[in-house]
Amino acid sequence: MTSVLYEFRTSNFKLLVTKLKLATRKLVNIMKRLINNRLAVFGAGIILFIIFISVFAPFITKYDPTYVNIKDALLGPSFKHPMGTDSLGRDLFSRMVYASRVALSIGLVAVGLAAVIGVILGSIAGYFGGKTDWAIMRFADIMLCFPRFFLILAVVAVIGPSIFNVMLIIGLTSWMGMARLIRAEVLTLKTRDYVAASKALGASHFFIISRHLIPNGISPVLVSFVFGVAGAILTEAGLSFLGLGVQPPDPSWGNILMEGKSVLGVGWWVIMFPGFAILITVLAFNLLGEGLRDALNPRVRGD
Amino acid sequence: MLTYIVRRLLQIIPILLGITIISFAVIHLAPGEPTDFMLQLNPKVDFQARERLNELYGLNKPLYIQYVDWLKKIMRLDFGKSYIDRRPVIDKIKERLPVTILINVLAMALIFSLSIPIGIKSAVGRGSLFDKVTTVLVFLGFAAPSFWIALMLMSFFGVRLGILPVSGIVSLDFENFSSIHKICDIARHLILPVGVAAIGALAGVSRYMRQSMLSAISEDYIRTARAKGLPEHTVIYKHALRNALLPIITILGLSVPGLISGSVILETIFSIPGIGRLMVESVFARDYNVIMASLVIAAFLTLLGNLLADVAYVYADPRIRYGK
Repeated sequence: MTSVLYEFRTSNFKLLVTKLKLATRKLVNIMKRLINNRLAVFGAGIILFIIFISVFAPFITKYDPTYVNIKDALLGPSFKHPMGTDSLGRDLFSRMVYASRVALSIGLVAVGLAAVIGVILGSIAGYFGGKTDWAIMRFADIMLCFPRFFLILAVVAVIGPSIFNVMLIIGLTSWMGMARLIRAEVLTLKTRDYVAASKALGASHFFIISRHLIPNGISPVLVSFVFGVAGAILTEAGLSFLGLGVQPPDPSWGNILMEGKSVLGVGWWVIMFPGFAILITVLAFNLLGEGLRDALNPRVRGD
Repeated sequence: MLTYIVRRLLQIIPILLGITIISFAVIHLAPGEPTDFMLQLNPKVDFQARERLNELYGLNKPLYIQYVDWLKKIMRLDFGKSYIDRRPVIDKIKERLPVTILINVLAMALIFSLSIPIGIKSAVGRGSLFDKVTTVLVFLGFAAPSFWIALMLMSFFGVRLGILPVSGIVSLDFENFSSIHKICDIARHLILPVGVAAIGALAGVSRYMRQSMLSAISEDYIRTARAKGLPEHTVIYKHALRNALLPIITILGLSVPGLISGSVILETIFSIPGIGRLMVESVFARDYNVIMASLVIAAFLTLLGNLLADVAYVYADPRIRYGK
């Protein structure tokens, strides 16, 4: 009895080791192709930089981002305030750094949510086919008919603006693309031999989908994820700009731009800096996404 | 061809139904009754008066019956009355919709007319300075937030140089203008909004056009055309272009919801009385009737855009008609 268990455990272990070895090899190949793409490395570098400043925000800022100090209102950039102050005298640099936290977290969480929903729905649709497929894809089509902002605004009207709600709403309205991608992959992959073998060995549907289909079909979803973060950051900035996203005094790049609108002629720094921040962050994610797409594509046409 | 159109129209019906269901569901997620807002949360109104008001508006019926009633009213284009000024919602929308449609149509025309030449030139002169410069500009256009560009252009052209107006679509003394002057006035006001609306999508479409053109040029029939000795510009503009244009039609159709979404922010910045700004104002005022109506109408317009794009594609690509 014990010897059977022992053999089972060691064979499981060997299987795990082999899987890890294969995965690492694949990953190394992809990384090699990615590193050759200088723009993608540049994008990744910027992203790492932003992650760094958002994590270490309390250590690099001298002032509290919500500390109101009217007598220092609307000062231009100086040594004391590297990015100047806003109309309430708050140090803009601190606000920008803390806003990067908001942007990154909303981007990652919202698109993460969208990815989970999309991958689950898409893989179920692709695997089971038939009526389930039809229903899920019709649902996605219906959701795609709504202009993004209109739907988001409507939901904000109902549940109110807050950071968490923004994450939730963006997640609930962005899953459709990824669902389609994973469904296409699943449709191709489910005819493979290892799936048939799994079924013959009695694997449950859940096992096949989660262990075989999703891991092998995840690459386009990863690319879509990176582009999705870029889009989510832009969407959140737009919402905050309208006053329906992150509420003041919590800083967000879109938020700061909203205040910048009222000081249009007199405070160029309140407008330029957050705008640039959004531009560079979104650009970085776009570059990384393009690089990833090229690196993961086995049939790259030199472009 | 006609059968295709009919089939597509039939496919639209379940989607339309789905649109109404989701619009209805989104609004009725709200805690509390819509009548709370009409009563301004007045504590003096006693419980029975609330009950009677609820019954009057049919709010005590089960949700699916409310939905069916709402659906029946919508089919007659009765979207109810706005909560803030008691006017019929359909009137408010009728006033604002043409403006948004005008801006979006002009933006699409601009995108169409600019991105195709850019895409062609980039593809034909692959790796040239033009290609590299436009690629960089395209990436920047993708990444820059539209409201930021709008603000900067507004402050530059409107405030600094003073040559373009920055708000509304008509000047203050519009009524006194002659007809020609009226048209010029509206055109002047539209330059900035349409320009900014086009920038974002221009980036994507010209990149797509470039890719499409590149893959068309590498096809065998182009090699044949060149082998036949046809002049290069015939090869490119007559043969390659026709095939490269096909996916662009689909892309243009798919960019309709993006443009409508973009209107929301642009109309707010430029104070243009369109349906996007109506949506924002209604969200702030919790005017649920207008919100629901705008959602349904905007989704319907998107659907229409997609349908037109599909029909145009089938018309343009003979392979679909004769293939099967």
